[in-house]
Amino acid sequence: MKEIDARGLSCPEPLMLTAEALKNTDGPVRVLVSEAHQRTNVEKYAKDHGKKATTTEKGSEFEIIIE
Amino acid sequence: MNLADSKKKLALAGLGCGLVAACLAFFGNPANMAFCIACFVRDMAGSLGMHQAAAVQYARPEIVGLVCGSFIIAVATKEYRSVAGSSPLIRFVLGMVIMIGSLVFLGCPLRMVIRMSAGDLNAWVALIGFILGVSTGAFALKQGFSLGRSHETNAASGVVLPAVMVGILLLAVCTTLLKFSESGPGSMHAPILLSLGGGLIFGALAQKSRMCFAGSIRDVVLMKNFDLLTVIIGLFAVMLVYNVARGKFVLGFNTPGVIAHSEFLWNILGMYAVGFAAVLAGGCPLRQLILAGQGSSDAAVTVLGLFFGAALCHNLGLAASGTALNAETKELVAGAVPMNGKVACIICIIVCFVIAFTNKRRTGKQ
Repeated sequence: MKEIDARGLSCPEPLMLTAEALKNTDGPVRVLVSEAHQRTNVEKYAKDHGKKATTTEKGSEFEIIIE
Repeated sequence: MNLADSKKKLALAGLGCGLVAACLAFFGNPANMAFCIACFVRDMAGSLGMHQAAAVQYARPEIVGLVCGSFIIAVATKEYRSVAGSSPLIRFVLGMVIMIGSLVFLGCPLRMVIRMSAGDLNAWVALIGFILGVSTGAFALKQGFSLGRSHETNAASGVVLPAVMVGILLLAVCTTLLKFSESGPGSMHAPILLSLGGGLIFGALAQKSRMCFAGSIRDVVLMKNFDLLTVIIGLFAVMLVYNVARGKFVLGFNTPGVIAHSEFLWNILGMYAVGFAAVLAGGCPLRQLILAGQGSSDAAVTVLGLFFGAALCHNLGLAASGTALNAETKELVAGAVPMNGKVACIICIIVCFVIAFTNKRRTGKQ
């Protein structure tokens, strides 16, 4: 599974990295982010592009699986 | 509670913030300044004696409210995270650039929208510069620009700026230590409790809606995403109705009393620097205050850069003057950007380019 580690990056880098990963791969993508607003952004981006996003909280960070 | 997941909620948040700004303007804040982050930080820097421009010194409770409103709502909704370490001094410089560009134009992006809603065509001209600046920043992002990762730090670090803000407010209310303008824009203000309450509400709404003036245009340029723009349009709509209803909508370039000037090139270049630097810093001045409130020491350093930039602007004569009516002769005196301000603005733009193309995202885990 392709992994994007966007923890600690400023907006809009997490979203740009996610968009790039989704463009370059057909399989699921695992995105790690640290801020709640970035979680919302990534989930929304996945939904808007017809993908399913499942989020689990890992400590104070988030893991989002997009498939 | 999430205000950022639908356009409707985002527009409502924008309307709410617009109402706060309109109320504060109604109850005494300077005409068409209503709720300008750059102007208010500059006033606060003046009240702390960081500059000696007697007309713009007042510890604006709105700024305290914004930071603390964001802090309180972030703690309450478990979004508070104390983080730091993403190129703090570069952010400090970007904060300075944002303030210098703002005071060459005479307003932050929020005030630009408020001025646009009042019919000030200079603000519409500046919007061109702002869009170009944001687009240049977006181009740098596409080329791999990054200020690097922030990391979690001691929870207390993120509380420092909100605490300092409360401290300044207490000094302003309980002592005579701070400076207050007796005339000029710094002397015009809504009652303290109203300003503070307005700031708290605005801060909470902005934290929940992720409101950002640079981000709204950046998202349109970069990903054809209009979500954040919805908030700004909501705020613009309320202020437009307010200005029209109160007869304050005057379409024109040389409107005395608006605190604006008509030097097109410098309106454009000032806002170009602001848009560019704000995208590099990850948000407009408002967003920096909000991020600082929810625990980012990096954003707090950007805010300190705003204060430092404001002090430089007035100590070294970089800030523009507004078009005004001479009280005695009734002649219109055109506002202008001083030579020092023009040079500083050009330096700021060069600094943005250097920062934009010398900071690349490092690949792999760090």
